[in-house]
Amino acid sequence: MAFTLYALIQTAILFTNAVAVLHEERFLSKIGWGAEQGIGGFGDEPGIKAQLLNLIRSVRTVMRVPLIAVNSVCIVLLLLFG
Amino acid sequence: EMEYPNQSGFRQRKLQPDVRMRGTPVDPSDPSLLFDDTSAGGNTHEHSGVGKGPDVYPGQALLSDPMSNLAMAYGSSLASHGKEMMDKNLDRFIPISKLKYYFAVDTVYVGKKLGLLVFPYMHDNWEVSYQQDTPVAPRFDINAPDLYIPVMGFITYILVAGLALGTQNRFSPEILGIQASSALVWLIIEVLAVLLSLYLVTVNTDLTTIDLVAFSGYKYVGMFVGVLAGLLFGRMGYYLSLLWCCVSIFVFTVRIERYGAVISKTLLFMYLSLSFCFYL
Repeated sequence: MAFTLYALIQTAILFTNAVAVLHEERFLSKIGWGAEQGIGGFGDEPGIKAQLLNLIRSVRTVMRVPLIAVNSVCIVLLLLFG
Repeated sequence: EMEYPNQSGFRQRKLQPDVRMRGTPVDPSDPSLLFDDTSAGGNTHEHSGVGKGPDVYPGQALLSDPMSNLAMAYGSSLASHGKEMMDKNLDRFIPISKLKYYFAVDTVYVGKKLGLLVFPYMHDNWEVSYQQDTPVAPRFDINAPDLYIPVMGFITYILVAGLALGTQNRFSPEILGIQASSALVWLIIEVLAVLLSLYLVTVNTDLTTIDLVAFSGYKYVGMFVGVLAGLLFGRMGYYLSLLWCCVSIFVFTVRIERYGAVISKTLLFMYLSLSFCFYL
């Protein structure tokens, strides 16, 4: 399996896009992964599920704007160079 | 006086051309001296450090052509300013001083560490000795992580893989580059997976990212030993040595951590989930 750095960048962009489009109300709350359901206790054992939910929410919040820029650049590059 | 504006600092730089143009005799009949002085002046710029501007001009001959002086002074100050800015910015992204710690190895350490990588079963004391809250340099402690062995192992693996491909008549110069970038990508993926697992399992560890890169890079030693054995001893040798190195690296990784069983639990969790995914 020969990966190139370009494939890695593509994978990273696709993964981040996938995490960023998980909608809070329509999807995550329905399957019990909403943001408010994760912050169960404030002890020092938040558990894996709470950490995962935290990660998804923070990725959504942080990466929204940079993802817009990166996706625009990708669209332009793919239009120009196929 | 001609020397004074030369030795002043950055702020006075703008004044220099005026002073020189006012009082300098133009000397167009000596271009060779101009060239020599330029290079020597350039060298003294390099040696004299950053941000101080031109300090010492060898003799007055350099002042014979004010325009080239001005250009050289400006160019060298720009270069030194750019170099210092780049160093500062680079230091923010890649901590250069911390990187130097990881390469402070010597021959004895490398030999012992390589032996430990393929045979970690007899080693008793896996604690890393500290020195005022920072780990001791790898020169003095065999348990400390370093980056020299992973880098050298990586390069050796690429070369040996190229050699193996060559014996099978599948070699071409692009293959080396493809193998190198492919192995690098796998390393990045593995380090990211370990970081993700560490974050999910909420351990408090003082393992930095570079430590994780170092630990993930140790497996290249096992990989190229396997390929080498496969070259020398055929298929059976390749599989046997690969199995041996896998078990050794696994035992080594489980034992090296500074936080007891936590990291090994994390790694076990990550590898089990990864292997489950691959099985699917």
